[in-house]
Amino acid sequence: MMELVCPAGTPASLRAAVDAGAHAVYCGFNDETNARNFPGLNFSPEELAEGIAYAHDRGAKVLVALNTFPRAGGEVLWHRALANAESAGADAVILADLGLLDYAATHHPNLRRHLSVQAAAANPDAINFYAATFGVRRVVLPRVLTVDEIRAINREIDVETEVFVFGGLCVMAEGRCSLSSYATGRSPNMNGVCSPASHVVYSEETDGLRARLGDFTIHRTPKGQPAPYPTLCKGCFTSGEQTGHVFEDPVSLDATQLIPALAKAGVTALKIEGRQRSRAYVAEVVRSFRAAVEAQAAGLPLPQGALARLAEGQAGTTGAYAKTWR
Amino acid sequence: MDLTIGPNQFFWSAETVRDFYARMAQAPAARVVLGELVCSKRLPFWENEIPVAIEALQAAGKQVALTTLALITLKRERKLTAELIELGLPVEINDLSALQLLPEGREFWAGPLVNVYNTGTVQFLARRGATRICLPPELPLESVAVLAQAGRDCGVAVEVWGHGRLPLAVSGRCYHARLHDRAKDSCQFVCGEDPDGRDVETLDGEPFLAVNGIQTLSQSTATAAWHIEALREAGVSSLRLSPQSRDFPEVVAGYAALIAGQTTPAALADTLRDSAPLGRLSNGFLTGPCGADFSETA
Repeated sequence: MMELVCPAGTPASLRAAVDAGAHAVYCGFNDETNARNFPGLNFSPEELAEGIAYAHDRGAKVLVALNTFPRAGGEVLWHRALANAESAGADAVILADLGLLDYAATHHPNLRRHLSVQAAAANPDAINFYAATFGVRRVVLPRVLTVDEIRAINREIDVETEVFVFGGLCVMAEGRCSLSSYATGRSPNMNGVCSPASHVVYSEETDGLRARLGDFTIHRTPKGQPAPYPTLCKGCFTSGEQTGHVFEDPVSLDATQLIPALAKAGVTALKIEGRQRSRAYVAEVVRSFRAAVEAQAAGLPLPQGALARLAEGQAGTTGAYAKTWR
Repeated sequence: MDLTIGPNQFFWSAETVRDFYARMAQAPAARVVLGELVCSKRLPFWENEIPVAIEALQAAGKQVALTTLALITLKRERKLTAELIELGLPVEINDLSALQLLPEGREFWAGPLVNVYNTGTVQFLARRGATRICLPPELPLESVAVLAQAGRDCGVAVEVWGHGRLPLAVSGRCYHARLHDRAKDSCQFVCGEDPDGRDVETLDGEPFLAVNGIQTLSQSTATAAWHIEALREAGVSSLRLSPQSRDFPEVVAGYAALIAGQTTPAALADTLRDSAPLGRLSNGFLTGPCGADFSETA
């Protein structure tokens, strides 16, 4: 069966994901060492140890994301996080930074290393480099690849691949985007945040709601319509004669129907985005996907429409996987 | 401190490229990085100019390096990268997968699109053969100082983004094609219509970003002119100047005069503004609240 890797922003979400059938849960510490460094989210070292014990008792794994790029001069915070993850019994750490991968391979050789999507390893050469140099055992693939490309990559590498199948969708190569810090001074790579709420200002105007990020207007929503969060790359802009979503429509990824194709392409694990989402959301998504991977493993048709309610108000897309961008 | 001309990020005609590098051969820069950074499909249109440019630049005493693509995905692009390495010139890596193709012990440069944020990464790259690193533009001055020191300690020259529209993101998707309602594979090379990228404004008409094929740039032209002394004190050995379509030789000459102490940022400001697309400057990544910020008191 394909491994289902599920998000947990809190200890309660971790338990909910495990109870709902997650094979593995990924989470992070409550500081800038992980790319979902949001207020009220994430784990203390003690909470992580308790969460791991809970998961292990029920046969699930816990993967710890340390997937930001350590600040020059502040590396000790990330090094301590690695030590804490190992002593808490983490099944793997998910890393992106060259320096941190090097440190982990040297100082924590027995701690399994996965390559974060933030490393944007998008071809077999990159993956083989990380595998050969740092002993990386699994790579989370960037969301810029088609299923055919994933199949071709799997033919040329010896490590496992994990792909995103549901949730938010980065349209830029992950870990290689400083749009957020250009507008706000805070970025995924440096601070673990993108388009942070601290820099969002909504204002009621005669024609509706204006959402600004830093000094820049990202959306204008007519009165009475739901206003999307002003994530920079999903904003509405003008270029020449064109006005619209220049970079990406406000859609979220739903590759449920591609699960059989991804299995055939040699993918080991399916990842669900959303450590910032509620416990109830996590439980429902995990249950649906567990049913889907079980159906896939048994050669049965996938359950239809189970996730439609969760994607309500937001159109789903198969992203790059189905090759609509080419 | 000296000057490095970065690779041209845009799609210019062969004739424009030829003229540009003929002028750069005479410009007061120590080294030039050239080659196709953004889109492999552009290369056939101007690749014949590369050997011509290399010859002219080397004859003028400049160090020349060739850049890899920023995002290598296709088999053809991996082959292209392997061939680039075989040419024997210094290679500037802007996609880490090139490291897998680089023979052990071979020297290389790391470009601004490689994530170098900390001492451990500088040391790792130095052990792999890096002799020069241009830091990512989003780094604040405090980080630059730490990394310049780390570079000195392991024999790596550290360079900082000195001038040009900021390379903020790369994507699998081509935004030029998307804006023209075309698929990436049938783009008809529309990015060639915008020699400095295509401007993107907010719904309130504020200049914001620029798209350039799969790349997203800042609309503003970043400048380190007001930070030269701070960067010199931090131990930065070179400023990277990124090509633009207007008055680039004057821009390079201006920075050369600035690092030689022959002019001031205030005196250079008019040249920078007059030549920059839409005349807007920024310098917020180094010391400001955000990258888009600009201050003359930096």
